[in-house]
Amino acid sequence: MSDELYQARIVALAKSKAGAGKLAAPTKSARRDNPLCGDRVTIDVRLDGGKIAEIAHQVRGCLLCQASAVALASSAVGRDAAGVAELRHDAERAIGREAGKAHEPFDAFEPVAGHKSRHECVLLPFEALKDALS
Amino acid sequence: MSFDVAAVRREFPILSEIIDGRPVHYLDNGASAQTPLAVLDAVRRYETTSRANVLRGVHRLAERATELYEDARTDVANFLGVQPMEIVFTGGCTAAINLVSYAYGQLLKRGDRILLSELEHHSNIVPWQLLRQRAGIELDMLPVTPDGQIDLGALPSLLTSETKLISLAHVSNVTGALLDVRKVVEAAKSVGAKVMLDGAQRAPHGPLDLYALGVDFYVFAGHKAYAPNGVGVLWAKPELLEAMPPFHGGGSMIGRVTLAETTWAPPPRRFEAGTPPIGPAIGMGAACNWMAGLDWTATHDHEMGLVQRVLDGLQKIDGTQILGPASLQNRYPVVSFMLDGVHPHDVAQTLDSFGVAVRAGHHCAQPLMDRFDLDGTTRVSIAPYNDNSDIDALLTGVRHVAKTLR
Repeated sequence: MSDELYQARIVALAKSKAGAGKLAAPTKSARRDNPLCGDRVTIDVRLDGGKIAEIAHQVRGCLLCQASAVALASSAVGRDAAGVAELRHDAERAIGREAGKAHEPFDAFEPVAGHKSRHECVLLPFEALKDALS
Repeated sequence: MSFDVAAVRREFPILSEIIDGRPVHYLDNGASAQTPLAVLDAVRRYETTSRANVLRGVHRLAERATELYEDARTDVANFLGVQPMEIVFTGGCTAAINLVSYAYGQLLKRGDRILLSELEHHSNIVPWQLLRQRAGIELDMLPVTPDGQIDLGALPSLLTSETKLISLAHVSNVTGALLDVRKVVEAAKSVGAKVMLDGAQRAPHGPLDLYALGVDFYVFAGHKAYAPNGVGVLWAKPELLEAMPPFHGGGSMIGRVTLAETTWAPPPRRFEAGTPPIGPAIGMGAACNWMAGLDWTATHDHEMGLVQRVLDGLQKIDGTQILGPASLQNRYPVVSFMLDGVHPHDVAQTLDSFGVAVRAGHHCAQPLMDRFDLDGTTRVSIAPYNDNSDIDALLTGVRHVAKTLR
């Protein structure tokens, strides 16, 4: 059951570490903790006209949280808060919280749907980015 | 007497469950232990033959319920080597510590100090922080050694004449380290401080002699000690119980109520406001009797043999590191480890696919995680019913994680 969870696409996203790190001069930055498991995500963004021009993430958390941060960072550039909210809907569809089919890259998280205790791992980077954009 | 693990396992129906085609390898006892038939039967007997409220009714069911409830108090007292009227049933271990922090805290004054340690469960930190906010007491923290033990060498420098209480884990819920109680009690006496032990991880591993330990307060949880959820135990020296004001107000804890004022019942009733957790308390008594029926020399050897098997097995897997005493000295059967490059949640999630239940994360001990700059650990916690097959399944799973997620 859990082996299905750690499918190659999720592992590959996490291992790529794309977008991991800090921005030299972020416009905004926000950190979110999951008090239940201790996962921590910090997101830096540089904004240009209200849209994300650059994004970086630091994750001290599980593989799902790392993979989600990578997927989010790879999709967020050029989007404003409303555009990021659309991405979140996609992630929520992937984990079965919303109806419909998720798109790439968030469809990689479909195996998480059956593991409710891990949904927050996928959503934590979105929470941090939402705070950074607020 | 000796120890027959197969016979013990037969007393726990859940251990013969097959889930998704795999047997149950339950190694999360530090979070919640399983419950033997003796406990289930005792609770069922109460619910089906004696269910009523305690203390106040005169009908036969109320008499039966009260007798079973008070018998359970005696069973718990026997397990701890103390008198029944010194036992307070609470809603859990956390509730017991909160009771002490509130009621004993009422006896403290601004500037008094309480000594804790960096490895405490949040339940033995946060209630004292709340007391600090309410009453202006000060908190001091004993540091932790690199191998996850409370550094008692720091006692002399942290104890002062203002220190009124030392409250520490008898056994760490993360590292498994066993506290040197004698040293703590001696030091406390030198400044006139009281000692409270959080026994949540010690009580499930055999009877205690609290008078011989020389402590002043002892608390533990039912659900970690083979009893139902929703019950815990506070033991305190009778003079302390007598001196403490109530924590909660309500029925049962009163002497006389008028619209102008209320007098308190004597302990333990003073601290059991409202209807207590009757069924769980009866289960707690049965759990203490069940534990008391084991040969603990042999049972402890069995448990520590499994710990050795875990330690030996993990040491053969590249990139594993133990957080806690490296040997069987000064430890109980709780083992935390890290696997380089893999988050503990991913270790635990994958172990689940091998039928192995462990706990991963900060274990409600975030200051300890900060001390070691860790995100968390994977924790294996062992009970008498665990056997070699549980440990072998664990090690197979960890080897699989090391191969696939790094």
